Amino acid sequence: MFAYIVRRFAVAIPTILILIVLSFVLMYSAPGNPFNGEKIPPPEVLANLQAKYGLDQPYWKQITNYVWNVVAHFDFGPSFKYKDRSVNDIIAQGFPVTLTYGFWSFVVAVVVGVSLGVLAAIRHNTWIDYLAVGFSIGAQSLPNFVMAPVLVVVFTLWLGWLPGGGWNGGQWQYIVLPVVALATSYFASIARITRSSMLEVMNAGFIRTAKAKGLPMRRVIWRHALKPAMLPVLSYLGPAFVGMVTGSVVVDAYFSTGGIGQFFVNSAFNRDYSVMMGITILVGVLTIVFNLVVDVLYAWIDPKIRY
Amino acid sequence: MKLRTTLMASSAALLVLSGGMAYAESHATHPVTGEALAADQTFTYQDIDESPSIDPGMVEDVAGSDIVRDLFEGLMNQDADGNLIPGVATGYTVSDDKLTYTFTLRDNAKWSNGDPVTAGDFVYAWERAASPELASPYSWYLELMSIVNVSAVIAGEMTPDQLGVEAPDDHTFVVHLSQPLPYFAQMVTHSTTFPVPRATVEEWGSEWTRPEHIVGNGAYVLTEHVPQERMVRVRNPMYWNNDATIIDTVVRLVINDDAQALTRWQAGELDKVAVPSGQYPALKEQYPTEATSFPSLCSYYYTFNLRDDAPEWEKDVRVRQALSLAIDRDIIVQNVTAGGQIPAYTFTPGATAGFEVPSVETANMTQEERVAKAQALLAEAGYGPDNPISLEILYNTSEGHKNIAIAVSQMWKQNLGIDATINNMEWQTFLEARGSGQFDVARAGWCGDYNEASTFLDLMTSGSGYNDAAYSNAEVDELMAAAKTMDDPSANYTRVEEIVAAEAPIIPIYHYTSVFMMNDALKGWPVNNVQQNWYSRDLYKVAE
Repeated sequence: MFAYIVRRFAVAIPTILILIVLSFVLMYSAPGNPFNGEKIPPPEVLANLQAKYGLDQPYWKQITNYVWNVVAHFDFGPSFKYKDRSVNDIIAQGFPVTLTYGFWSFVVAVVVGVSLGVLAAIRHNTWIDYLAVGFSIGAQSLPNFVMAPVLVVVFTLWLGWLPGGGWNGGQWQYIVLPVVALATSYFASIARITRSSMLEVMNAGFIRTAKAKGLPMRRVIWRHALKPAMLPVLSYLGPAFVGMVTGSVVVDAYFSTGGIGQFFVNSAFNRDYSVMMGITILVGVLTIVFNLVVDVLYAWIDPKIRY
Repeated sequence: MKLRTTLMASSAALLVLSGGMAYAESHATHPVTGEALAADQTFTYQDIDESPSIDPGMVEDVAGSDIVRDLFEGLMNQDADGNLIPGVATGYTVSDDKLTYTFTLRDNAKWSNGDPVTAGDFVYAWERAASPELASPYSWYLELMSIVNVSAVIAGEMTPDQLGVEAPDDHTFVVHLSQPLPYFAQMVTHSTTFPVPRATVEEWGSEWTRPEHIVGNGAYVLTEHVPQERMVRVRNPMYWNNDATIIDTVVRLVINDDAQALTRWQAGELDKVAVPSGQYPALKEQYPTEATSFPSLCSYYYTFNLRDDAPEWEKDVRVRQALSLAIDRDIIVQNVTAGGQIPAYTFTPGATAGFEVPSVETANMTQEERVAKAQALLAEAGYGPDNPISLEILYNTSEGHKNIAIAVSQMWKQNLGIDATINNMEWQTFLEARGSGQFDVARAGWCGDYNEASTFLDLMTSGSGYNDAAYSNAEVDELMAAAKTMDDPSANYTRVEEIVAAEAPIIPIYHYTSVFMMNDALKGWPVNNVQQNWYSRDLYKVAE
C-alpha cells in the first residue's frame, strides 16, 4: 500500500508539470493582455508594465522562472490585475471561504443523498421510493444558477430570514444559502447513485445469505449492504469534493462570497496570468490528491481490491 | 512586525472611537437644509467588480476612483454641480504665460496618522505616478496634463525627479506645463493626482493600501477590505473638515449580478445599486422616486474601418453617411436601451462643460427624411440590389450590445437592403481585433476623463491611440492642436464636430445616462455632476 502511494505521487509530479506547461501555452496564445482595462494603455506605459512583470522576457525564461518560484519558494507571483495582492494572498483569502461552504455542502449532500438513496432502495417500489426519486430528479434538474435566485427571493426578499449574499467573515447566516444552492444538485446525484447501487447489492448472494441467517434487517443493511454499495458513490465523491471546495463559480459570483471560483473566472477574462495559473495548479493538485484518497478508501472498503 | 500591526490597528481604532461620535447623535438635523437626519448614517452601495487598485497612483477604473476620493483628497474637489472647489489647496494662481500653476495648501490638512499634508507629498506622489518603476497603468493621464518632461520620465529617459513639479515650501506646490492647458485646474480633481504618504508607501511597498497599513488624507479611513466581497470605510477624525461629514460608515459590496443586486436592494440590504439592462421603464413605474437616470459623460458609437485593407465601400463617405442616417436612434434609446439615454448625432455629449452641440443637419431631420436621404446616397454611390454590400458588426459580448446590434442590422436591412451579420467577441479578444483593424463596423464607447470636449475629440485626431477608425483629417488635427492653447476653444470643437458629422468616420448612437436604484432616504447625490464624481462626505441619510 505504501509503495503504491509513493508510486502515485511520483506520477503526480510530471502530471502537474504538464498541466503547468499546457495552461501556460494556452493562456499566452489567447489574444489580449492583463493590462487592458476599461482603456488600453499607450505603448510606452504598456512597455513599463510588461517590464515590471517580466512579460518582456522570452517565454521559455518566463515559464522556467515561474516553475522555479513555485517549486523552490512556493511563490505564485503577484497578481497582474489586483496590484496590491499576490496570488498567494488571493488563494489565502478566497480558498478558506470556498472550503468552508464547500465542506458543508459536501456534508449536506452526502448525508441527505445517501439517506435518501438507501431509503429509496430498501423501500423499493413504494411511495417512499417514488417520492425520493421524484425529489432527487427535481433537485437535479434545478441547476444552482436557478436555485440561487429562487433561494434569495424566498429567504431574503419574502421571508427576510437570511442575507441575500456576502460573506461577512463567515457568519452562519451568510453560509446557509450558498450551501443549499451548491449541495442540491450534488445530493440528487448521490441519491440516485446510492439507490441503484444499493438495489444491486440487496439482490446479491451474500445479502440473501445474511437474511437467511435470520439477521435483523437493520444489521443486514448497516453491516453488509452499505459498505459495498458505497463503492460507486465513492468514485463520484472524489471529484465532487474537489468541485465543491474549489468553488462553484455560479455560487461564488451570485452570492458574492469572495471565494476562489470568482477569482478563477475573472482571471481568465482579465488575462490575469498568475492568478489563473495559481488556481489551476491548486485545483490540479487537489484533484490528484483526492483521487488518490478515493483509491485508498476503495482498498479499505473492498477486500477484493489489492494494490 | 505582527505586534506593530496590532498596535497600529488599535491606535487607529482608538482614534476613530475618540473622534468618532456619530454625527447624527450630536446633530439631529442637516446644517443647511434642516432635514431630520436618520440615526444610522451608513451608506451601502454596489460595485460590479473589484477594482484593480485603490492606490491613487495606480487606480485605473471608475469604481476605484470613487473609493480613492473617499480615502484621499487632491488639490481641488468638485461640488455637486461639478464646479471646482478647494480641496487640500485653498486656491491657485496661474502665471501670465499660463505655463506655471502655483497651488497654496491649507495648513490644517492632515494624514490619518496625524502628520501634516505637505507640498512634498504631492511632489512625491506625482513623480511616483510617472515613474517606470511603479509602471502605473494611468501614467498617461499625467502626459495628458502636459507636465514638463513627463513623457521622458515615463519612457525612462529622465529620472522622476526631473518631472516639472516642485515644492518651494511645505504649503506651496508648483506645476510647470509644456503648453498652456485651459482645463488644467479641472484635471487635478482626478484621483491620479492625489497625494500619497511617502513613509507608509516606502515601508510597505505594494501592500501599503491594505487596511492594516494604509494612511490617507481623505474624509474616510479604510477599516476592512476583502477583495470581491466587501470594503468598509469609516470617518477619519483627522480630516480637516470632519465636522461637516455626516455619513459615518461607507460599505461597498461587490455584486456581479445586477439582478441579484436589485433583489438585495428590494430587501433593504443596500442603498444604491445598478439597474439591470432594459429594466429601467418597469422599475420607474414601480419605484418612481427611487429609479433615477441622469446624463453622464459617455458616448456609445459604432466605428468604421478606414484602413487600406478594409472593404472598398467603407472608403466612400456617401455609404458611411447612408449607414449612419438609416439608424433610428429614437427607437434604440426608447425601445432597446430604455434608460433615458440621449440620441446622439455628434460625438461629444451635450452635457460636457463649455460645449455647444453644433446643429448638424441630420439631427433636425425626421427619420423618414433621413432614410430617404440614405437611400439616395447609397444609390449615388453605386450600391444597390445588383451591387449589394454585406458587412459584419463586431461587438464585445454583452446582452445590451447584442440587442443594439440586432436593431441596427435590422434597420440597415429594412431601409437600405444591406446584409449585416453580427459577431461578438470576449472583451480582450475584441480589443485586440478592433485595435488592429480586423473589423468592418465595430461597437465602441468612450467616457470623458475630464469635463471638457477635448477628452472626446482627441480621439478623432490621427495620432490618437483610441482612433480605431484610423481616421485622419489634417484640418481636425490642426484645430485640436490649436485648441490646446486657446482661451476659448469651443469654436474649434464645434468645427471638428461638423467635420466629423460630414465625413462620418464613426456613427454616434447615444449619450449614456447613469441609471441607479437609490434609496429615498439617501440625499446629496450629485445628479448634476456629469462626471459622477461623488464624495461620501457630501451624502446624508434623512429620517424616514
